[in-house]
Amino acid sequence: MKEVINLPVKNIEEEEYHINMGPQHPSTHGVLRLVVSLQGEIVKSLKPHCGYIHRGIEKMCEKDTYPQIIHLTDRMDYLSAHINNHAVCLLVEKALEVEVPERVKYIRTIIDELNRIASHQLWWCSFGMDMGGLTCYFYGLRDREHILDIFEESFGSRLLHSYYTPGGLMMDIHPNFQKGVKDFIKYFRKKIKDYDDILTGNVIMQARTKGVGILSKEDAISYGVTGPSGRASGFACDVRKHDPYGVYDKVDFKEILGTEGDTFTRYMMRMHEMRESMKIIEQLIDNVPAGDYTAKMKAVLKLPAGEYYQRVEASRGELGVYVISDGNKTPYRMKFRSPNFSNLSALDHMSRGVKIADLVAIGGSLDYVIPDIDR
Amino acid sequence: MNFSLYDFTPFNQWIDKFLHSHMSSFWAVAVEMTIIGLAILLFYALVGLFLVYAERKVCAFMQNRVGPNRVGPYGFFQTIADFIKLMLKELVHIKNADQLLFNLAPFIIIIASFMAIAAIPFAKGLHAIDFDIGILYVIAVSSLGVVGILLAGWSSNNKYSLIGAMRSGAQIVSYELSVGLSLVTIIILAGTMQFSQIVEGQANGWFIFKGHIPAFIAFVIFLISSTAETNRGPFDLAEAESELTAGFHTEYSGIKFAFFFLAEYMNMFIVASIAATVFLGGWMPFHMGGWAAFNHIMDFIPPFIWYIGKTFFVIWLMMWFKWTFPRLRIDQLLTLEWKYLLPINLVNILIMAFVVLMGWHF
Amino acid sequence: MNSFFKYFSEIFHGVKSLLTGMKVTGRYFFSPGEIVTQQYPENRKTLKMYDRFKGEVIMPHNERNEHRCTGCGICETSCPNGSIEILQAKIDMPDGKKKRIIDKHIYHLSMCTFCGLCIKSCPSDALAWGQEFEHAVFDRAKLTKILNKPGSSIIKDIVE
Repeated sequence: MKEVINLPVKNIEEEEYHINMGPQHPSTHGVLRLVVSLQGEIVKSLKPHCGYIHRGIEKMCEKDTYPQIIHLTDRMDYLSAHINNHAVCLLVEKALEVEVPERVKYIRTIIDELNRIASHQLWWCSFGMDMGGLTCYFYGLRDREHILDIFEESFGSRLLHSYYTPGGLMMDIHPNFQKGVKDFIKYFRKKIKDYDDILTGNVIMQARTKGVGILSKEDAISYGVTGPSGRASGFACDVRKHDPYGVYDKVDFKEILGTEGDTFTRYMMRMHEMRESMKIIEQLIDNVPAGDYTAKMKAVLKLPAGEYYQRVEASRGELGVYVISDGNKTPYRMKFRSPNFSNLSALDHMSRGVKIADLVAIGGSLDYVIPDIDR
Repeated sequence: MNFSLYDFTPFNQWIDKFLHSHMSSFWAVAVEMTIIGLAILLFYALVGLFLVYAERKVCAFMQNRVGPNRVGPYGFFQTIADFIKLMLKELVHIKNADQLLFNLAPFIIIIASFMAIAAIPFAKGLHAIDFDIGILYVIAVSSLGVVGILLAGWSSNNKYSLIGAMRSGAQIVSYELSVGLSLVTIIILAGTMQFSQIVEGQANGWFIFKGHIPAFIAFVIFLISSTAETNRGPFDLAEAESELTAGFHTEYSGIKFAFFFLAEYMNMFIVASIAATVFLGGWMPFHMGGWAAFNHIMDFIPPFIWYIGKTFFVIWLMMWFKWTFPRLRIDQLLTLEWKYLLPINLVNILIMAFVVLMGWHF
Repeated sequence: MNSFFKYFSEIFHGVKSLLTGMKVTGRYFFSPGEIVTQQYPENRKTLKMYDRFKGEVIMPHNERNEHRCTGCGICETSCPNGSIEILQAKIDMPDGKKKRIIDKHIYHLSMCTFCGLCIKSCPSDALAWGQEFEHAVFDRAKLTKILNKPGSSIIKDIVE
């Protein structure tokens, strides 16, 4: 006789199913895997699975000397490579109590801001692509090319520069650098209007992003969401303003804060930041003082035993470097507080109850770079 | 036989007479149908390949790039190379797919678009079937394609495909309405559903000019809703590359994928030719009242060229949309249809009926 | 009535914003002169890299096949990835002493991250950046290069 099995009767309408977004998926910008629990098209919850591109950078740092560590930090958030380098350099300089020349500070600030613009341009490309407007991608990349050309002329490489060294710079800037930057700003001020015309003002884009993926200020603080994403929620977290490094205390720029905390505000924060960055560069580019491009440093850098922390404002948020030194030429322990990791942790909270299309838009507005999450 | 580019009717009659004089009438009809079938198949393949190339070039120029330029002059043979590649590719066997439906789906899609092309008048006399309910037939047949999409999504046994197929189902069912109603607007003006008569009715002015404001509104609505019906951007939710990887055809490979690809472009061609025929005068040359010399020059251009030119203009408009706008979300897509397009359309029909009644059209 | 007005103003603003976007793409469509794409393999003859371009690490030799490398091995220790290996040789000097010179300066291009620390740390400026960037090869072994040319020797005026 057949055994009768009584299967529990499920209400199909309330049944949840899971899809794996990634590790190979066009909208995850890399090898991030999101296990999304869906009901119909509504996202019920999601679980990020990190580690697909974990290279053990923190562990590798423990065998490297401080100048060697710099080139590894390039490979974390590869879109703000200079800013990552800056964090380690500032930390070493702080620990060794080295005063770097003014010229170095100016140049570093200019290059950081250029890097921020380049990173936001790429973000704009990929955000447009996530929204389904593929044309944005090419406009953004076309304009980013100008910055990369400036970089290539001065530092020899386009993406991973390793240009900063503890105490200064690898070499002096190229004689054409200032002219190139000024030309770029003139060019980009014209082209950024295209960005507004094609995406910002677009009614479809506004309808898809306004009021979607809201993150309140309290949540932003408790999840540690920093950078433009945190400032969109009203969390004043700009390290450049609150803990100035470089020459940020000498330039005039606004820390733009949003109130809504939705996808559109996060979008607008980055658009504003590109304009603010251009303003910072314009204030500095003509006033770079003459002088040495590096401070006098010892051949072997040994940090005094102790713990050090340095934070900078990377293009996606606050990047912290934490070092425990035991007095050797290599760190005893090195830890990066990467902005993307904290920003990603809020994705589940923000995307509950939205549609899949919104999840992609929210992901695009958080602008995560996967190697920075996994390190 | 006097063959001319301006009227294909004598040519057709000559073939008909020739075949009937050489064989029984059953075989003559069979041979005629084979010839027409082969001609449409050839046309289909050529236009499909050209449209893929055109789309790549157009989007490249809009995106400030060069586009395909490696295979042949200006990359003209790029799509042929791609087609050969797709033909040679392995057909991936999906273990848990519903084999029958999975293999059937691409054919349903391609047959649906094939059937629609039969009713379209390319030039005077160059017309496979001239139904007296041509428009109704085209609307009916072109909506068969959604069956293929639904089957493809369902049978692939893939959640992305299923989501894409369901989106596409909801989308096509609702936009079908707008397409129909915007054509009804013109039917009121034309007073017929037969394509040949619709074209003849535009001999002294295209319907988009004749019916002025309501016809123009109907044209815009037709463009929007037919773009949605063909699953093209910004309404490409069924494919939604950044959300659903490739939507309903995620699991397809090789020539089956090529069928979907080709059918998408041919559907675009079909709706563009309907738009050209119904609103822009089909193969009718552009005439200005009173300008005899101008009209004579316009008449000199063969009707086939007029038809192709108008169709490609509409296709170019659709490409322009696609490569400018971001994609809509599914609820916004339905909002656009039910809250904006449909009410406007209904009011528009009333206005058009009023205009026709009062004789305010040209 | 107010909502009726809002309905139409929404449509108006929506259409206006869409047309603004279409204006941008339309403008680029009709101005192909703005295309900046480079045709790479065709422009190989005229392609000029920036003089600081980091293509690969090279060891410049002068016309007498002499280089400046003393074989001290500082580049080897400063390289973070072990892309540089120094093989030293000993030669007999005329005054009877033995002197260490470079035998092989092995450079693993496949492991190099182009950080530039070897070039920066070299005390005798023996290394430099090369402009070659077409590194694709079919055999991985070809990426291991010996930088000092066969039969080369050190420039006389370099003192250790």
